Amino acid sequence: MDGTQAIADLTEISSQIESVVLLDGKSAVAGSTFTDDTAATRFAEAAKALLEAAEGLREGGEPLTQLEAETPEGSVFVLREGDRLIAATTVPDPTVGLVFYDLKSALRAAEDAKPKRKPRARAPKKTTKAAKDDA
Amino acid sequence: MRRLTVLLAFAGGFFAVGALLRRTSGRGRERVDLYYADGSMKTLADGSVDAARLLSLAREAIHAARA
Repeated sequence: MDGTQAIADLTEISSQIESVVLLDGKSAVAGSTFTDDTAATRFAEAAKALLEAAEGLREGGEPLTQLEAETPEGSVFVLREGDRLIAATTVPDPTVGLVFYDLKSALRAAEDAKPKRKPRARAPKKTTKAAKDDA
Repeated sequence: MRRLTVLLAFAGGFFAVGALLRRTSGRGRERVDLYYADGSMKTLADGSVDAARLLSLAREAIHAARA
């Protein structure tokens, strides 16, 4: 599943999520609910700034993996797994656990879509004269 | 029958008021929850300097998303 499909599935199952952006390992937008890339990038930059500011609060400790900022206007969720990141805004008073679960599922679904290394082709079996004789 | 109707109306009103109080008690609240790789969680309640900074960035993100 690619990022766009993962985002489409996410917005279909979660009515609480308003907008969402998925960034790949190179911080490029891999999928979003935004109609234009500029808006998606602007929101992604704002979400990354939030995550970086939050990381700065606990230097040298365990890495920050996810956050939720709740305001009367709505909430912002940012999750990071490896070098991938997903950020979303929701309606006010969202079901926090459910939103985190849905975002994590979307992030993992997009992760599974990453191209895997092709297995090396096996060398053809050596046929011995004895085997040939048996056949 | 009349007594039952009154009882049901009273119970309905009781639950409605309870639900309303639960909804309004959380409204207007601002906070930031941070989750770390070791499973620990830290809440920055509204009023602290750190929370104010992060909430300002969160509002910027919301406005960027809705612009």
